[in-house]
Amino acid sequence: MTDAAAARRATIRDALGLGVAVGLYGAAFGAAAVAAGLDAWQACALSLLMFTGASQFALVGVLGAGGGVLAAVGSAVLLGTRNTVYGVRLVPLLQPRRGLRRLGTAHLVIDESTALALAAPDRENARLAFTVGGGSIFLGWNATTLLGALGADALTGPWLAALDAVVPAAFLALLWPRLQRTVPQTQAEPAAQRRVALGGAVVALVLTPFVPAGVQVIAAVVAVALAGGWRR
Amino acid sequence: MSATWLAVLAACLGCYLLKLAGLSVPAAWVEHPVVRRVVDFVPAALLAALVAVQAATSGSQLVVDGRLAGLAVAALALALRAPFVVVLLLAGATGALVHVLA
Repeated sequence: MTDAAAARRATIRDALGLGVAVGLYGAAFGAAAVAAGLDAWQACALSLLMFTGASQFALVGVLGAGGGVLAAVGSAVLLGTRNTVYGVRLVPLLQPRRGLRRLGTAHLVIDESTALALAAPDRENARLAFTVGGGSIFLGWNATTLLGALGADALTGPWLAALDAVVPAAFLALLWPRLQRTVPQTQAEPAAQRRVALGGAVVALVLTPFVPAGVQVIAAVVAVALAGGWRR
Repeated sequence: MSATWLAVLAACLGCYLLKLAGLSVPAAWVEHPVVRRVVDFVPAALLAALVAVQAATSGSQLVVDGRLAGLAVAALALALRAPFVVVLLLAGATGALVHVLA
């Protein structure tokens, strides 16, 4: 086997492996969406059409906390801004053509597909990693969202309490890697990320008694991200 | 159309357009240092705010219950490098235990 073929196989293996691993988050999302009061159709529509996990969790989190449409959409869209930055970094690697091809490529621009493409050894493998990784994550994510949503529908009593405790833990698990090390998709220092995270949590809690549900989340993000962005 | 569907579809459209913009706008618009740092910080601030709100509030009140206990256990598990599934299972078990005991 040539080196090029070996590199292709390694790329495909990593990309498929990540697809399976991320599928587990999909089950947590489906369950969280139903716990927040969405139905299984809405959970599945989010995974199919939004397909960017943190934004999906944010939308159902704010709705579940009693937040209004604007606060929920605002949280999801604010988290979605990082995909714009990813897209800019992916253009030289993927060189997406105009038209339908680019519309499809855009849908797969998420944390994991970007990390896979940026970590690939060359442009050809970057394209392969992006497509295979993005595609397998899309399939796994949607299938397990449905399973999680249907499973959560049947929960009562202590099982419901368990699910209530799983949701904040899932957010923490999404946040954790950014606090520990510089993730490949960003350039921010972990120490700065920890200050930003602490600030966001404190501002949100302090505002909670005084503003409509969900608004404290947006206010915390705007205040802290702007303060962090303009320093230095 | 219900408010929930409105939120779902509007947010889907917004998030998709943000993805498409990255592949379509001139890089200089997005690569401005201030823009990039703000965007780098948004996920940490937002996820942390959501962790706090999901774990310690109910409506407009601050609440301490099984969710906060589950979060503490999850943090410990993450610090010990437990896999994602284990973190969620431990948090869920803690929440259920507090529910049964309380």
